[in-house]
Amino acid sequence: MSVQELEKIFQDRIDSEIRIEPRDWMPDAYRKTLIRQISQHAHSEIVGMLPEANWITRAPSLRRKATLIAKVQDEAGHGLYLYSAAETLNISREEMIAQLHSGKAKYSSIFNYPTLTWADMGAIGWLVDGAAIMNQVPLCRASYGPYARAMVRICKEESFHQRQGFEILLTLSRGSADQRRMCQDAINRWWWPSVMMFGPNDESSPHSAQSMAWKIKRFSNDELRQRFVDICAEQVKLLGMTLPDPELSWNEEKQHYDFGAIDWDEFWNVVNGNGPCNKERLAARVQAHEDGAWVREAALAYAGKKRQEKDAA
Amino acid sequence: MSQERWPLWEVFIRSKQGLDHKHAGSLHAADAKMAIENARDVYTRRMEGVSIWVVESRHIHATNPDEAASLYDPANDKVYRHPTFYDLPDELKHM
Repeated sequence: MSVQELEKIFQDRIDSEIRIEPRDWMPDAYRKTLIRQISQHAHSEIVGMLPEANWITRAPSLRRKATLIAKVQDEAGHGLYLYSAAETLNISREEMIAQLHSGKAKYSSIFNYPTLTWADMGAIGWLVDGAAIMNQVPLCRASYGPYARAMVRICKEESFHQRQGFEILLTLSRGSADQRRMCQDAINRWWWPSVMMFGPNDESSPHSAQSMAWKIKRFSNDELRQRFVDICAEQVKLLGMTLPDPELSWNEEKQHYDFGAIDWDEFWNVVNGNGPCNKERLAARVQAHEDGAWVREAALAYAGKKRQEKDAA
Repeated sequence: MSQERWPLWEVFIRSKQGLDHKHAGSLHAADAKMAIENARDVYTRRMEGVSIWVVESRHIHATNPDEAASLYDPANDKVYRHPTFYDLPDELKHM
């Protein structure tokens, strides 16, 4: 069969909502797009553990500490589900990790911002995980089977992440004047980076149309961003706090919130490696990987020895 | 440094007694014991399972999707294998 015929069969299956599985024929560009997106997503989960791990030892109570540990452990799990999904596309785990460490593969820029106070754990749960969920729920219907299945599992678990974050902020918002200030300060710092998590505006997002046609993406960046703003603009009222955007206002005609312009210079600056924590995050990952090398080797040596003993017996 | 890597394992989980083990995903581990321990940590953090199977991915043999048509088509024209194929009077009860 010619490539054109194969491509037609492939697109017909996608159009009729039949999932693509690892051994099915797929265009190279589809495979590459998925590898890029899934591995970037996996890296984000793994690097995303770092800003929160920063607060595990300083959580204000045992309940908060247990919750935070469980959340960080979930993120490790999410990274592993996604790495496995990407591996079905014929890229090895080592290759993906090497791409992360060399800077070739990106991860979500949000994790290049520092976590300065305990309130940041709340703001990350509410806003960062909230934005992630908004992006991830439609991915449960992505056309590539292993990716969609991994996302179903992830979405089930993310809901607790967002709720515990909001609870942290709610507690602070009902606390002392200092605690309320801390709460507002965290929202102020995390709001715009969270709004940027949806990626460039639709008109400057060149790959979006193809990803939509392949049903990897179901909604455009701006659609999802608008939905996020609409929801948060209401939720923030429950906290008695404000979002740091003077232009935020309800538009009766559109039935949506209008919001201010995004600082895309900051966005691209962080994407290109110049955010407040880019170097620190990558260095922490590389060091963890290198420090763990002897463990990986020892486990292999032990497994080999056990196998020999068994064969000899 | 050794170039050998931890092999890939497929994980199957029985969610409760009485149900089949179902494919949950895959992971890397040095041996079967570690694969089971990792499967517990990765796939059963919320009581998703009461039993875990792991099998090294290289031991799984699968059908080729390109041959699906010839492999499954012969079953397609044998409607008489389904109970609804048989035309029986409505008065017939308990069948």
